Amino acid sequence: MKTLMVIRYAAWTILAALAFLTAAIALGWWRVDGPGRAQTDGGVEIKGLPQIGGPFTLVNQHGKIVSNKDFLGKPKLVFFGFTHCPDVCPTTLFEITTRLQKLGTEASDLQVLFITADPERDTPEQLALYLQSFDPRIVALTGTQEQVDAAVLAYKAYAKKVPSEGGGYTMDHTASVFLMDRNDRFMGLIDYHEQEASALAKMRRLIAK
Amino acid sequence: MTRLRLRASNSVDGHYKILSISNKMFWLIRIFTILFIAGLPHLTIAHDFSVGDINIEHPWTRATPAGAKVAGGYVTIENFGSKPDRLLSATMEASKQVELHEMSLTDGVMRMRGLPNGIPLPAGGRIELQPGGFHIMFLDLQRPLKQGEKVGGTLVFERAGVVQIEFQIDAIGSQGSASGDHQH
Repeated sequence: MKTLMVIRYAAWTILAALAFLTAAIALGWWRVDGPGRAQTDGGVEIKGLPQIGGPFTLVNQHGKIVSNKDFLGKPKLVFFGFTHCPDVCPTTLFEITTRLQKLGTEASDLQVLFITADPERDTPEQLALYLQSFDPRIVALTGTQEQVDAAVLAYKAYAKKVPSEGGGYTMDHTASVFLMDRNDRFMGLIDYHEQEASALAKMRRLIAK
Repeated sequence: MTRLRLRASNSVDGHYKILSISNKMFWLIRIFTILFIAGLPHLTIAHDFSVGDINIEHPWTRATPAGAKVAGGYVTIENFGSKPDRLLSATMEASKQVELHEMSLTDGVMRMRGLPNGIPLPAGGRIELQPGGFHIMFLDLQRPLKQGEKVGGTLVFERAGVVQIEFQIDAIGSQGSASGDHQH
C-alpha cells in the first residue's frame, strides 16, 4: 500500500512539473514569436549592417546648400564636431589630414565631411576659416539647428549642448568617424583612439569597395 | 677615477675593493652621475616650475587651427608635501577666460564637464592633466597659439598660491611627450 502511495505522489509531481514546463514554453512562445510579441514601429526590419546615415540637407563652408545626394558615388568619412572643441575635433581633423596625405592619390575620390554639432557658433565663415589649417579636401557642413539635428539623428550620433560655468556652453558629441561607402551605406567606424595602421586599413578598404 | 680603476684591476673582487678604499668619493661620483643622467631628459624635453613642495612638470598646449577660440592646457603636478593642496584655477596670457575641465570618452561620445571646485592634489600625490582627461580649458582665445612658441600663465593653488608658468606650444594633434603610439 505504502509503495503504491509513493508511486502515486511521484507520478503527480512529475505531471505537475511537466504541466509547468509546457505552460512556460507556451508562454515564452506567445511573448517572443506568438501573437503576444512586442510590436515593432512601422515594422522596419534591419538586416546586415545597421541603418546608419541617410538623407541630409546642410550648408557647406562656402555657404552653398548641399545634400547627401551631392556626395553619392564617393566613399565618405563623416564625423561630428565643433570648432569650440579643444581636443577631439582638431585632433581628428589633423589625423584625417595626415592620413589623406599618406594615402595620396589613392584617396582622391574620398570625401571627408565634418558636420558641426554647434550650428549656432559654427557659421560657414567660421568653418571656412577653421578648415584652412587642414587638408583642403575636407568639407565642413552646418545649417539650421533642425537640419543639423536631422543629420545627427540620421547617423544615430549623439550631440548635446551643455552649459558651462562661465555662462557659455560646450557640446557633448560622438567622437567616432563614420565610414560610408559609395552607395551611402554604413561600413563601420574609426574610433577616436584607433591605432594608426588600423585606421588607414579601414580607409583603404572603404576606397577599394 | 683612473687611479681607482687601476687599483681595482689588481684585485679579483675589485668593485668591493674600491668601496673599501675610497668609499665616500666613489659614492659621491656615482650619485652625481645618476642625478646627471636622470636629469638629462628634463633638460631637453620638459620644463619644470615649482613652488614650496609642489612641482609643476612641463605645462603644454597645442597650436590652434585658424579661427579657433579654444584650446586645452596640460601639465603634471606633484605634491611632495605632507599636506593636501588643490588646483583651483589657471590663467593664460592669450585667453580671456580659463576653466578647469574634465573630458571623458565613453561609448564613442566625448563629454566635457567643468570642475568648479578645482582638482584635489593629495599629500604625496600627483595629478596629470592630459588629452582625454583633466585639462585646463582656454576659452575665448585672443590670438592663435603658434607651434614652437611659449605662452605665459599661472596656476592657482589653494595652499601654495599663485605660480607663474609657461605653456610650451606643441603641434596641432600632439598627444604630448608621454604618449608613444599617437605621435605623428
